[in-house]
Amino acid sequence: MATQTSPAAAGDRPTKEPAGPARPGGGRQQTTKNNRWSTVLHRLDVKGAPYAFIGPFFVVFAAFSLYPLIYTAWISLHRAELASMDLMEWVGFDNFIELAKDDRFWNALGNTFTIGVLSAVPQLLMALGLAHLLNYRLRGSTFFRVAALTPYATSVGAAALVFTMLFERDFGMINWMLSLIGVDNVDWEGNKWAAQFAISTIVIWRWTGYNALLYLAAMQAIPLDRYEAAAIDGASRWQQFLKVTIPGIRPTIVFTIVLSTIGSTQLFGEPLIFGQGPNGITGGADNQYQTLGLLLYEEGWKNYQMGRAATVAWAMFLLLILIFAVQRLLKRLAARSS
Amino acid sequence: MTTDTLQARQDVTRTSPSKRRLRIPGRVGAGRQHHAGPATYILLAVAAVLSIFPLYWTMVAASTDNTRVTQTPPPFLPGPHLFENLGKAWQDAALGKAMVNSMIVAGTIATSTVLFATLAGFAFAKLRFKGRNIALTLVIGTMLVPPQLAVVPLFLLMTDLGWGQKLPAVIFPTLVSAVGVFFMRQYLADALPDELIEAGRVDGAHSLRIFWSIVLPVARPAMAVLFMITFVHAWNDFFWPFIVLDMTNPTVPVALTQLSAGYVRDQSLIMAGALLGTLPLLAMFIVFGRQIVGGIMQGAVKG
Repeated sequence: MATQTSPAAAGDRPTKEPAGPARPGGGRQQTTKNNRWSTVLHRLDVKGAPYAFIGPFFVVFAAFSLYPLIYTAWISLHRAELASMDLMEWVGFDNFIELAKDDRFWNALGNTFTIGVLSAVPQLLMALGLAHLLNYRLRGSTFFRVAALTPYATSVGAAALVFTMLFERDFGMINWMLSLIGVDNVDWEGNKWAAQFAISTIVIWRWTGYNALLYLAAMQAIPLDRYEAAAIDGASRWQQFLKVTIPGIRPTIVFTIVLSTIGSTQLFGEPLIFGQGPNGITGGADNQYQTLGLLLYEEGWKNYQMGRAATVAWAMFLLLILIFAVQRLLKRLAARSS
Repeated sequence: MTTDTLQARQDVTRTSPSKRRLRIPGRVGAGRQHHAGPATYILLAVAAVLSIFPLYWTMVAASTDNTRVTQTPPPFLPGPHLFENLGKAWQDAALGKAMVNSMIVAGTIATSTVLFATLAGFAFAKLRFKGRNIALTLVIGTMLVPPQLAVVPLFLLMTDLGWGQKLPAVIFPTLVSAVGVFFMRQYLADALPDELIEAGRVDGAHSLRIFWSIVLPVARPAMAVLFMITFVHAWNDFFWPFIVLDMTNPTVPVALTQLSAGYVRDQSLIMAGALLGTLPLLAMFIVFGRQIVGGIMQGAVKG
């Protein structure tokens, strides 16, 4: 930062200082000169430093986010194979048209959607309940909060490995527990809905506590007198929860819905590892749980078709935009009807 | 630095309002109007068990052998083979190298994220400059761009740079974080009184000096939290490292996929590997759990 401002200052100096031989002596003159010099430096510092401070963020962002973003769009309009990227062939929107005709794409889109709903809805509802419990006056509240957050410390890799074993068909603990209540062994990997349920469980486990803490923080910011007013009006605890707590944390709820929607469209590690081995990338033998993230990887790094992979990436982005546009629209319609 | 300024510094840190807010709200706001009844404790205990049980069972499975772990009913108590299995998994999954790699990656990313987020957060919170609002909007806008959109060109770029399968390929794209910038901005906007900065200016301190002597001490609690959260994220990041690294030079989550991909058939070894990969972060959680919880809650109030 300092290096950025001082050369500029040095460059300015000759133009601002009157040219000519330095006048002899004169302690006083020396001081004014120094003052002027430091004023210039000061002004440069005040004007330049903010840009130097925010600079690194934008440099890294431009190099590793903005440039790839644009380049992805460019690649998606080409037939581009990983081994011979210098021989990219312009195909216009062919990749998009082919993708739209590809059953695997619609299958992956559907799976991404169903796994997303299966994981996000229970996750956020449970987080809401957990936050409500944590919001009581509690002994050992720190313990419960830290415990709720420990799954967040687990990597996708470890979590998916453990749950894959718990959901194992022949000796897994979950099938064993089900057998205790008389349910036959479920083929968690082979059965489409069972597999999607199992994958959603991994997501729910890892993120419920995190969301609960976000809700808890918002709940604690609700002024107490609102509860008192509601209690005076005769509202039961459940009514207080519905009429005071939920509206009070609405912005946070919206925030977590946005976060988990983004997370859902990007689902990758959980299904990949759950598939154990070659079935991971294709999302099961029948693609029964292949997500868009997995399809992108399959096209790019298994089939070496970078153009198609870039197209899938754009499809994911457009999907996100579409979801938020629809959500906006619904909100507006709801506002109009009420 | 004179003792006076040091004293002043400490006072600032001690009395800053946000320091207070960073602490987990223990008695003040928590619980609102009602004391928890037995039902609440029971439900919370169930939630805690559900949160912790998979990790506990990982340890149980990692301490038995393959035959025991694949029997029904499955084992619920630890067996005698924990260290033996950990040692084997360490070798089979190349976890030693992965561990070092993950430390380097997560450490570098967390350090640079905190440094640049504090610099930028300070500028956005307290300095006036042309284009500030546009720049801040851009920062927030970048949070919405999904990482998938960048992987294809990034992969090609890293190959061109000769960084394929090397750690810089993982580190460079995540050196900064928009969320981090936003987090520090929100924190410093409240925590740092304008008068302090003005006083610094009157004393003739230049911006870097102000940053070093005034901003950093005030920002320290938030920086610690941001460091830990970024470290957790970087350690657990999977998608991009999986694409750009291979098994010869993996991070921990990438190395763990080797365990699931059928290279290791022994279930106990797989669980030992999963346990090893999680241990460093669990240790961090046991030591700093309070602070991390507080940090996430703090970010939420603002975010």
